[in-house]
Amino acid sequence: MKTKLYKSARYLPFGDSALIVEFGDVISLEINRKVVALNEAILKAKIQEVEELVPTYRSLLVRYNPLKTTYEQLVFCIKDVEKRLRKSQIKVKGKKIIIPVVYGEEYGPDLTYVAQYHNLTEEQVIKLHSEKEYKVYMIGFVAGFPYLGEVVDDIATPRLETPRLKVPAGSVGIAEKQTGIYPCEAPGGWRIIGRTPLKLFNPMQQPPALLKPGDTVKFKPISEKEFKIVEDAILKRIYSLSPRDKSK
Amino acid sequence: MKVFQVLKPGLFTTVQDLGRYGYLKYGVPISGAMDTFSLVTSNLLVANHPNDACLEITFIGPELQALTRTQIAITGGVVPAKINGRSVPMWQTLEAQEGDLISFGKIESGYRAYLSIRGGIDTPLVLGSRSTYVRGNFGGMNGKQLKTGDIIEGLDVPLLKIGFLMPEKLVPQFTGRFKVNVILGPQDDMFTEDGINTFLSNPYKVTLEADRMGYRLEGPVIEHKAKADIVSDALLPGAVQVPKSGKPIIIMQDAQTTGGYPKIAVAISHDVSLLGQAKPNDMIEFSKITTQQAHEKIREYYEFLDNLSRMLIKNP
Repeated sequence: MKTKLYKSARYLPFGDSALIVEFGDVISLEINRKVVALNEAILKAKIQEVEELVPTYRSLLVRYNPLKTTYEQLVFCIKDVEKRLRKSQIKVKGKKIIIPVVYGEEYGPDLTYVAQYHNLTEEQVIKLHSEKEYKVYMIGFVAGFPYLGEVVDDIATPRLETPRLKVPAGSVGIAEKQTGIYPCEAPGGWRIIGRTPLKLFNPMQQPPALLKPGDTVKFKPISEKEFKIVEDAILKRIYSLSPRDKSK
Repeated sequence: MKVFQVLKPGLFTTVQDLGRYGYLKYGVPISGAMDTFSLVTSNLLVANHPNDACLEITFIGPELQALTRTQIAITGGVVPAKINGRSVPMWQTLEAQEGDLISFGKIESGYRAYLSIRGGIDTPLVLGSRSTYVRGNFGGMNGKQLKTGDIIEGLDVPLLKIGFLMPEKLVPQFTGRFKVNVILGPQDDMFTEDGINTFLSNPYKVTLEADRMGYRLEGPVIEHKAKADIVSDALLPGAVQVPKSGKPIIIMQDAQTTGGYPKIAVAISHDVSLLGQAKPNDMIEFSKITTQQAHEKIREYYEFLDNLSRMLIKNP
């Protein structure tokens, strides 16, 4: 497995009010776990000068108050947190969410392509996509869009050559080894294989996004009929996200 | 309290405050005023909190009818403004009576003007801010730019007995040439020395692709060492991305929160606010400063902002 985890994290300036702690330069679970762990450790350490943390695939952005600290002081402070983290076992406590998905047909117009690309049946693609647990590596692109990884090589598929102008909200896509979910209608080039009735982003809720880096996601194939039932339950606010909930 | 009815919305008028902080990790951009200095000043001129919501006017201003007696201030890029057809000055407290018509022409210098209302515009707080994020369809007036017929609500506070005036020497001038200080990095090591020199020693022109998300710039190609893409990481306003074309893109308030192009440098906060007044065909020159120098500048700037309300001239 290609893991380009740096020997020691790189600390890089990001303008006058932020810095970046970079752990590597590839997409890998090992690197992302370090990012998420440092994110939690800094939150726990309650460093006063820190205003906001943004975990991404391979680095953590730390937004700070430049009136309260210098760059050097803050780097020193975070390195200390990072050092203590290295000694202890990294425990990332994220939640586990089951995402119900209708695969194929108008819900997943690229399912056929993905299957043909890999010489598989559509059922095999669905099985391979839904039997694995994925980690949320980061949220980006549009509000609430989770970058999940990583799908098995057997279904990893390149993006569309020409992105679609409109991908419907809830669409589940594949781009190389990543899989992701469109929280709202947006342009996009990911291969769309299905759709979930779950709402991934709601600015009127706290927190506004269903997922955050470090969470675990598993997809569950459902029928079109079940899609409508879940959609209706969400509207009536009686849908439960708990993975142990077998009520549906 | 209903303060204005929108008779004409203008080109692109939105409700903005100082932005939505703390939600970048959920992919929510900061949004907020593009020119924060003008927004803050506009608020101070009607004795509001600096973070109160104002109208951000882009290039062509709106036409508003006052539904009650109110006090307002207009700041930012130079824009001809009239109350009932009579020209009124910018950068000072103005009073409008019920039924008065407030109209704007085209902005003559800079690109954005700010209209504050005594008490602040009252739209629902979404994730702690009233700023409109049009692409996400939330904040401000239901996530949208102003449209004809909209009613702008204000918080009901007592009107001021005495108005304020910004001292003329403190009024910023927007000439269409911007000198922007940057701190190199976080990915300056992906560019050749020539590439960095090119970036720092040539003016770059703002293209037509310039909006609240960011500005694509035109100018000499900035040379990468090898690759021109990275595994995506976080973005903040002021970041200067350089894609494969070698032509830089400056990230502004409504940009997405992550991106896959290397960032050669990031503009300092004060200069991001200045850039809020840049329009297509304006020229930008970048200069490198150290983080320490930037922190001295930011301290001076905040001290200045802290004292600004005391520097305003009382204007009975």
